[in-house]
Amino acid sequence: MSVRHALLALLSEGPKYGLQLRQEFEASTGEVWPLNIGQVYTTLQRLERDGLVESDGSAGEGPQNVFRITPAGEQEIKSWLQAPTDLTAPPRDELVIKILSALRVPGVDVQDVVQAHRRYLIELMQQWTRLKEDEADFDLSLALVVDAELFRLDSLVRWLDSASGRLKRASVQPPLRSPAPLFRRRVVVRR
Amino acid sequence: MSFLELRNVTKRYGEGDAQVVAVQDVDLLVEVGELVAVMGPSGSGKSTLLSIAGSLEEPTSGDVIVGGAPLATMSRNEKARLRRRTIGYVFQDFNLLAGLTAAENVSLPLELDGVPAKRARAAAMAALESLDVAGRGSHYPDQLSGGERQRVAIARAVVAERRLLLADEPSGALDSLNGDAVMRLILAACNRGVSAVVVTHDAQLASWADRVVFIRDGRVVDQTVPPPSPESLLAHPPARR
Repeated sequence: MSVRHALLALLSEGPKYGLQLRQEFEASTGEVWPLNIGQVYTTLQRLERDGLVESDGSAGEGPQNVFRITPAGEQEIKSWLQAPTDLTAPPRDELVIKILSALRVPGVDVQDVVQAHRRYLIELMQQWTRLKEDEADFDLSLALVVDAELFRLDSLVRWLDSASGRLKRASVQPPLRSPAPLFRRRVVVRR
Repeated sequence: MSFLELRNVTKRYGEGDAQVVAVQDVDLLVEVGELVAVMGPSGSGKSTLLSIAGSLEEPTSGDVIVGGAPLATMSRNEKARLRRRTIGYVFQDFNLLAGLTAAENVSLPLELDGVPAKRARAAAMAALESLDVAGRGSHYPDQLSGGERQRVAIARAVVAERRLLLADEPSGALDSLNGDAVMRLILAACNRGVSAVVVTHDAQLASWADRVVFIRDGRVVDQTVPPPSPESLLAHPPARR
């Protein structure tokens, strides 16, 4: 997650102190993402070095220093908002690797492994949903963050459901033989 | 205290080689005011389980106890009365009667049960009111949006003194915000003491439940434990804000 751009977005509303930026960052993420003050000042220093923010400098590096966004910073935040997020590289998802590994380990029921992870994910989703019940109607940022987390976890549960269906089908109708090498597919990464 | 109890329930269809076991040896307890979700893939037996719990189908073996009364000892009339008075059903496709207004749909089960029309109508309006659709009481189902139809269906399920709400994929084809709204309504009913069982394959709906029971090939294979407080997810828990 880009703390750098989140701070720029907050500064685009007007000049702010470091401590104020930290508080507003946490509030704007529904208090789900904590941020330590050291990280705020390190990031501000880099932004200043890159000419995206400026400070009056009169208070040295102290907490009284006010930061403001520069025209270059305003340009940067606008182009960042529109830039595609990097979703191209398939992550080596640990959950996927666990299920694939379970297929190899003798004496392991893969469906049991799938169910253990499904249950864990649903318990986590129950926890997030409780937040929605108590808080989300009152806080738009929190509602958006909670929804994002629930959809992410939901996509994993759906993958497990689909994996479970495939495993069941494969156990009922095992392939008669391996596909001939001629037809074996390779994943080609296009550049 | 449990309001719904399924003990060792099995349901088989057909005979011999054609026999299908839809539900096998299922034990399920639902406490007063508890919201339980039953999750499983299509064909796992979850809808059959719901029909048996709601006395819409008889189990092949095992016991179903609703509000302390075993269904097996009830006459047909007693079971019919239980379905009219105590149990509310919400179906995926709403099942509202097209020729009746929203209010008439909700008051119908009460009137069938012998409640005077005026009182039934007042109870129906109160239920519609609690679901924010009282203004649509005189509209027919085809004049309502999907979300409104679902609210009317839930109003019908919780009208008067219903104590057990059984819902099969209750968000139907609604989008996720309307699905949330449906689950909030069911949860509100549970907070008033109604026990509810929601059958679904949707993890986001199921996660509203106090407890999620997983069913596979007709058997209960697993269930969730109560999750820790959501405050651990926050940087600054609400109490300290």
